[in-house]
Amino acid sequence: MDFLNAIVAFSNYVLVPGAAYGAQLALGALGVTLIYGILRFSNFAHGDTMAFGTAMTIIITNGLLALGITFGPLPTALLALPFGIAATCLLVLFTDKLVYKFYRKQKAAPVILVIVSMGVMFIMNGVVRFVIGVRDIRFTDGERFIISARDFKEMTGLKEGLAIKTTQGITVVVAIFVVIVLFWFLNKTRTGKSMRAFSDNEDLALLSGINPEKVVMVTWMIVAALATTAGVLYGLDKSFKAFTYFQLLLPIFASAIVGGLGSPLGAIAGGFVIAFSEVTITYAFKKVLVYLMPDSLEPTGLVQLLSTDYKFAVSFTILIIVLLFKPTGLFKGKSV
Amino acid sequence: MTISLRNVLLVVGVAALYILEGSTTFWIFSGSWDSALKMLNFALIGAIMSLGVNLQWGFAGLFNIGIMGFVALGGLATVLVAMPTTPGAWSAGGWQILAGLAMGAITIVGAVKMYAYLPKGWLRNLMTFALIAVGFFAFRAVFDGGVAGVEAINPAATGYLGGLNWGGENYKDYGWLTVVAWPIGGVLAAGAAWIIGKTALGLRSDYLAIATLGIAEIIIAVMKNEDWLSRGVKNVNGLPRPVPYEIDLQNDLGFVERAASWGLDPTSASTLYTKMGYAILFTVFLVALLWLAQRALNSPWGRMMRAIRDNEVAAEAMGKNVTARHLQIFILGSAICGIAGAMMTTLDSQLTPTAYQPLRFTFLIWVMVIVGGSGNNFGAVLGGFLIWWLWVMVEPLGLWIAEITTAGFDPDHWFRIRMEDAAAHFRLFTMGLVLLLVLRFSPRGLMPEK
Amino acid sequence: MSEPFLIGDAMTGGYGKGPDILHECTISANKGEIAVIVGPNGAGKSTAMKAVFGMLNVHGGSVRLDGEDITKLSPQERVVKGMGFVPQTSNIFTSMTVEENLEMGAFIRTDDFSDTLMQIYDLFPILKEKRFQAAGELSGGQRQQVAVGRALMTQPKVLMLDEPTAGVSPIVMDELFDRIIEVARTGIPILMVEQNARQALEIADKAYVLVQGRNAHTGTGKELLADEEVRRSFLGG
Repeated sequence: MDFLNAIVAFSNYVLVPGAAYGAQLALGALGVTLIYGILRFSNFAHGDTMAFGTAMTIIITNGLLALGITFGPLPTALLALPFGIAATCLLVLFTDKLVYKFYRKQKAAPVILVIVSMGVMFIMNGVVRFVIGVRDIRFTDGERFIISARDFKEMTGLKEGLAIKTTQGITVVVAIFVVIVLFWFLNKTRTGKSMRAFSDNEDLALLSGINPEKVVMVTWMIVAALATTAGVLYGLDKSFKAFTYFQLLLPIFASAIVGGLGSPLGAIAGGFVIAFSEVTITYAFKKVLVYLMPDSLEPTGLVQLLSTDYKFAVSFTILIIVLLFKPTGLFKGKSV
Repeated sequence: MTISLRNVLLVVGVAALYILEGSTTFWIFSGSWDSALKMLNFALIGAIMSLGVNLQWGFAGLFNIGIMGFVALGGLATVLVAMPTTPGAWSAGGWQILAGLAMGAITIVGAVKMYAYLPKGWLRNLMTFALIAVGFFAFRAVFDGGVAGVEAINPAATGYLGGLNWGGENYKDYGWLTVVAWPIGGVLAAGAAWIIGKTALGLRSDYLAIATLGIAEIIIAVMKNEDWLSRGVKNVNGLPRPVPYEIDLQNDLGFVERAASWGLDPTSASTLYTKMGYAILFTVFLVALLWLAQRALNSPWGRMMRAIRDNEVAAEAMGKNVTARHLQIFILGSAICGIAGAMMTTLDSQLTPTAYQPLRFTFLIWVMVIVGGSGNNFGAVLGGFLIWWLWVMVEPLGLWIAEITTAGFDPDHWFRIRMEDAAAHFRLFTMGLVLLLVLRFSPRGLMPEK
Repeated sequence: MSEPFLIGDAMTGGYGKGPDILHECTISANKGEIAVIVGPNGAGKSTAMKAVFGMLNVHGGSVRLDGEDITKLSPQERVVKGMGFVPQTSNIFTSMTVEENLEMGAFIRTDDFSDTLMQIYDLFPILKEKRFQAAGELSGGQRQQVAVGRALMTQPKVLMLDEPTAGVSPIVMDELFDRIIEVARTGIPILMVEQNARQALEIADKAYVLVQGRNAHTGTGKELLADEEVRRSFLGG
């Protein structure tokens, strides 16, 4: 019984939140890795692209709610998501045309594009603040739990409860759906294959008659969809704040690099590696150990390896370890 | 360096922006010398940071976006040097904390050595992991005890180790210690840069960028959470100052008389006097660093750096140790940022870990360097002054724009309210716009490298 | 003699704004023919081929394909016109499967290209065997087959190969030459730059010896092999 309780406690505080967070990071990292693979630079504006998409989705959600439209037990934001994606698509395509295209034509060095993306980051950050402000915004509605801790305890008779929030469930389901669609697109469609070809060998792709501008455009649209989805899922699960999204850049980049920049499969793996490490290392294990250890050995402290404020340190340390021992990441990524 | 008319005009133009701020209330200017001097002081610090980043990026092409971390370390140095030692803190746990940290360091060094020494295989991995695990728990056991002891001492006022200032109650009499702290801030930043450089400099530019971004966040996280070190989010207030206090000046009869002879009331005279004091100190440091940077740029060492930047492969083929040179300049540039950080904390008279935000302390400095002209020390300094002016003035500028665009509307018309609201968010947008415009139309900056 | 199917006529030009590398250099190939460009290192062999393919700034002379002047077209437009080009290096998509590589070769085709795919599998049976394997995992000779196969997927009217045997063993080289002869037998003119001059001349219907960007000798492969001066100057006696 104690053993079961320990497993439930572990699932409740580590597995379930870690899976949801991992899915969010994976979606974010996929966007970064696609940009890197096709446009060949690290996009520092990605966090703010996520913020913009989420802000748009929130505004549309509010509009829907004002019209009295809800999504039943599911968050209304899911209904607004396609509109948010569309708005973000327009924004990134517009940015590409106005900003990045010039440097692409010039064949500018990747580091110049990184600096350019810093400028774009500033502007997007300003735009997001302008349209929605800097406050912390919660926009989850509908049913709060799939299983609440109390229901779980009643159902199983265990002392520990296992709560699964609706948003966590949605995050994982949506992420799986998005990833399946993305991989189907990349591996089975002509356009998807041409994107992979372009990422693999740009000169040969041009020789084969692949239109680079179309590849770039499709990439931006996919990235907009991924970024908005990741941002909305993160916001539903936690809350929306422009600055937090900017800060997500670090774990997202860590995920993409750990997985291998340019490798979509790696981005997903990296997302979960980073998420579970962060959650595990900053979780106070006392609750789990109480059930596993004999009473006499019961831990006095919280048995927390690091305070939650150091979660950045966790992503960072894993990043450094991977870079030192396997510079191309877990799944062989590109190195320029 | 030949002095071109263009450069003279640029310098005069930027200087005029500051003089206008002090002298006229026309347009967006406030007409307050106090405000102009305050702006100047921060601009001087910004220019020093810009100089440091220019060293790394302009000379060596190193992409460091962890400037905030080095600046914060400099700020920490000010506290560690100039604040009074908290009575009893060292005996209550200070030494124990140091012992814990030493154990942690020994664990890491030991693990690295063991990994290098043992033959390849699962046993090596297992043993290294075991050593780290045991070392970590031992470190936590010793360290946590010390921390608890230190943080228990009067948490509302101190609860931290304090600094090295031996003045006790009268610690503010030793204000000159803050100036001593500036180079020490540089040393602290240099130490951190050494660790980062050792691990990340061999990697690609993007990876170095991410690594520095990460380390900066970690430094801030440490300062926010390790109360025994920096009081965390409780901030350290009341740092001593290298310049006189306004209140002392106002009580000084001689000063009041002199102020009167200038036609100034004691209050504004005293604030101007202290700000001038800072400005002079900062200028001395800026000029000294600029002179050193110029010397470095034109020395064989500087030429070698630029040769490496322009063609790493060729330089390596000629027998230059690229990684070692990169490490050198990375440390130097970061140290300059640390010095600037210490100066800023001195100017603020307090250490506020939550105030360190990457947009303000990392990316803004990058805008300064790029706009000023990367690879040109004078350009970087000019960029520092210009961009800081813009950073401050963007708000009045935004309000002005809001005013002229909404002139025909009622004061409570939604558009007017929206526009006035938006003025506050104008800042980041403008910075991004300036960066993109310069990159696009004048990619070598206002004062390009020769 | 009627106009050759593909001709780079008296081409003069160089890379970008750099100095001229080619001087009135003429290269041509006819249907069913293998034309080979040989010459000492730095003679401008690859440059001549790139000039024909439009990767060079040609300011004198012209390039004509099937009677049409294509001098001003970009390489991509020349692909559409029916030129297939196999670069010397990075000529496959390493992370994609063999079959995907071939599909990418057919990217500009809007019709059903499964017949062409079958033809290429017949031509290079090893590719059929490894069709679902990542091309980057193949051996050097197999990679070259993928590269040639990719270029053939557009059903080009002319195939150009830049040192197809660079870096492969002599046995593999012989096999590759056999394959190339087979391709030529299907009626496609082949223009090829080769480092291994002797073997290349043996299979060449027409051969060009370039020296310092100029035509030094022209003739059938056999003629050049028999030419005393050609033998002495760079076939090693």
